[in-house]
Amino acid sequence: MTKLMVNGVAREFDGDDSMPLLWALRDSLELPGTKYGCGAGLCGACTVHVDGKAVRACQASVSDVDGKSVTTIEGLDPEGEHRVQQAWRELNVPQCGFCQTGQIMQAAALLEENPKPSDDEILTAMAGNVCRCGCYQRIVQAVRLASTGS
Amino acid sequence: MLKYLEELDLQPVGLAVSKLSRRAFLGTGATFALGVFATRGEAFPKWPTGGEQMPNGLRDDPLIFVSIDPDGTVTLVAHRSEMGTGSRTSLPMVMADEMEADWSRVRIVQAEGDEPKYGNQDTDGSRSMRHHIQAARKIGGSVRHMMQAAAGQEWGVPAEEVVVENHAARHGDKTLGFGELAEVAMALPVPQHDQIAYKSEDQFRYVGKGEVQITDLHDITTGKAVYGADVTVDGMLYAVAARPPVVGGKVLTFDATEAMAVPGVIGVYELPHSIPPAGFAPLGGVAVVAENTWAALQARDRLKIDWEDGPHGGYSSGPFMEAMKATAQDKGNVLRTRGEPAGAFSNASRTFGQTYTQDHMAHIPMEPPVALASVTENGVEIWAPVQSPYTTRTDVAKALEVDPANVRVNVTLLGGGFGRKSKADFVTEAALLSREAGAPVRMQWTREDDIRHCYYHTTSAERIEVALDDAGTVTGWRHNSVAPSILSTFAPDGGHQFHIESGMGHLDMPFDIANVSIENGEAFAHTRIGWFRSVSNIPRAWAIGSFVGDLAAELGKDQREMWLELIGAPRTVDLAAEGYPENFWNYGEPLAEFPIETGRLANVLNVAADGIGYGKDLPDGEAIGLAVHRSFVSYVACAAHVKVQDGKISIPEMHLAIDCGYAANPERIRSQMEGASVMGMTVALNSSITFENGAVEQSNYNDYDVVRSDNFPGSVVTHIIDHPFSVHATGVGEPGVPPVAPAIANGLFLATGQRKRALPMGANV
Repeated sequence: MTKLMVNGVAREFDGDDSMPLLWALRDSLELPGTKYGCGAGLCGACTVHVDGKAVRACQASVSDVDGKSVTTIEGLDPEGEHRVQQAWRELNVPQCGFCQTGQIMQAAALLEENPKPSDDEILTAMAGNVCRCGCYQRIVQAVRLASTGS
Repeated sequence: MLKYLEELDLQPVGLAVSKLSRRAFLGTGATFALGVFATRGEAFPKWPTGGEQMPNGLRDDPLIFVSIDPDGTVTLVAHRSEMGTGSRTSLPMVMADEMEADWSRVRIVQAEGDEPKYGNQDTDGSRSMRHHIQAARKIGGSVRHMMQAAAGQEWGVPAEEVVVENHAARHGDKTLGFGELAEVAMALPVPQHDQIAYKSEDQFRYVGKGEVQITDLHDITTGKAVYGADVTVDGMLYAVAARPPVVGGKVLTFDATEAMAVPGVIGVYELPHSIPPAGFAPLGGVAVVAENTWAALQARDRLKIDWEDGPHGGYSSGPFMEAMKATAQDKGNVLRTRGEPAGAFSNASRTFGQTYTQDHMAHIPMEPPVALASVTENGVEIWAPVQSPYTTRTDVAKALEVDPANVRVNVTLLGGGFGRKSKADFVTEAALLSREAGAPVRMQWTREDDIRHCYYHTTSAERIEVALDDAGTVTGWRHNSVAPSILSTFAPDGGHQFHIESGMGHLDMPFDIANVSIENGEAFAHTRIGWFRSVSNIPRAWAIGSFVGDLAAELGKDQREMWLELIGAPRTVDLAAEGYPENFWNYGEPLAEFPIETGRLANVLNVAADGIGYGKDLPDGEAIGLAVHRSFVSYVACAAHVKVQDGKISIPEMHLAIDCGYAANPERIRSQMEGASVMGMTVALNSSITFENGAVEQSNYNDYDVVRSDNFPGSVVTHIIDHPFSVHATGVGEPGVPPVAPAIANGLFLATGQRKRALPMGANV
């Protein structure tokens, strides 16, 4: 039995603890906002926060997060009004939207760690998150907007 | 695309629905009192589009698309799939605006796959706005008139005295909201197009403004948006499959003992294999069904399968490319002749030619193929991210040998499509497995499955040669395009492209050259060839656009001058005079309404070039490249500022100019151009699917990477050519991509002197 905090709620997982956190969240814990994109830590679609740090949920097993605190997009802000989410809406960032929860979680972790990142720091921090629709220009603008208000 | 395959009797033609059915509802002789909207209603003359010719045509009946609750909530049906272009927002926005509905009180529901009801739902070909904008206005305008008439009845005043505005009808100091009027209004006769006083463009609240947010924005940013893998039903199981590495291959034997021992595995099933040409039938293989995705994935790794590769086991794309290049050197089947090209070349002062190539590509939408199917004796229900929900429905029905009437296809949001999700092989797999397992089954493709079992963008060699006179004027043009055809996926492979592919930038090379020979050489397919965003326009724009840069260098001319010289004086192309074949495909559109206008082509080139400041001084290692291309009846130019530093190619600035006729939602047009700049750069630098012994060599983003945020085209500026509604809206989703790669190559050449003629060109020089 693995015990973890997910979005502030104590949850238990009694399945195979070698299961990637991604599949535990999606298939067992009913949190589908975390997306499968590559299963290899190459695209960032499954980005969540573990104890506040951005982690690819496809690369962390359930046992890796035993006793830890996991935040998914569903728990980033109770009202969905995190400044990164607001900035995303302000700039109409998404196209298909599929990668955007991972992008938002990555951006939120970046700003938590580095509230005023330079443009280069934004580009580098977001480079692990693929957007096939190609929303990068607005993603970078939105991170900047969330950071500086402009 | 499907439509044209259907024309060729390669796909079952959908049910034809007589237009009489709607008239029958109205009742013969039903008349509708003409009202006047506000003070300035106007008619717009309808024009024909290819939409009427699509399978199951178009619908413009508000009773199909609109329902209004007593509380005033207006529910609009989105019948096109949303894969990122914004059509799920933009078409309902047009309806709402023409209706005078308040957008904040509009709810959008997604149609299931039902073309006899909704008309064509095949979301590809950049057709959603182009085919449906008139219908959307008609739907909205009808409801506005019905509200006006209902209020007139209610108050006992002439309908034309009632003003319908902002979700309510008014007369003097009396007001009734849409919700209060709905029951009476929606039972009234539906007005015909010529009975509707449409809004004038300056009366639009939302259309043409680009201020409406996409309807799913809040859900997307909070993780609540529902994509293919996000639907769950009671008792559902999870499946993955191992598929034949080579198309046309099959399972010889398999041993599932170890797979079955994985905790949570329910069953292992062999899927029926298909023999090309198999359309959208699944490839076959062995599937694992389990209690969760992880168990299924682990079990799949433990399957022991012996495969037979079949006739394509010898396909290696490297030697195949060399053979295509050799074929392209020779004369191919001549598809179009203008003037006397043979004479032009034999009389030329000199000739100049180059060959341009492109590797296969895979679409890799961020959401890999995935579908949930529930097959019971009561019927079949599907939840899937599909571009063609009605074709999906008929495909599934065929595979299960059931009546399509007993199959329901619910369309989720698509996590990207780009043409991959027009092909519902993955949905059929889910349905077959649900029937076998006796439970609802979600079939999940991994990224590796997606990259290795795609319907690939074709690979091509494009040979262009010109005849030049003493003055360096181009007097002759020969373009031989050699590429396996999409047709091979649907019919025995004749080794030649068909008229749809030839219509994408090959036959319609826009230059005003007196002697032209457009040719197609032989190439046979050895994998599943499908359509990828922009389709054959990518290799044609690549070849022609790069050739213009090559020729400019050869003749010592400026690129922009070279483009403008070749395009010539503005003209509306006279197909007969320029030797086009009778079956020339103009994206399915009537040429009279959607002509080839070279003035618009030159204009977007100039707008993009002027926008970026073409001609300005730049440091060494930096230059601006230009390219322009007409596709999906739109005109797009790309001006790419290319910079090479430490051998790495970057694009600090890019300007895209698009002429897509009337711009209904400029905000989403800009987002599509921004996206096209990124996909175009990925096409230019990265995208290469290669085959060895029939199997794909790439597997995931590690070896099939895309442009990322550390090197995307920075500062993309979109210029939208302003047109009134009377200049027909044309395609937006696809036409941005084709000019990007040649613009980058032309800029790279000017920056470094290095000319790249093979796509992808690599991220470094």
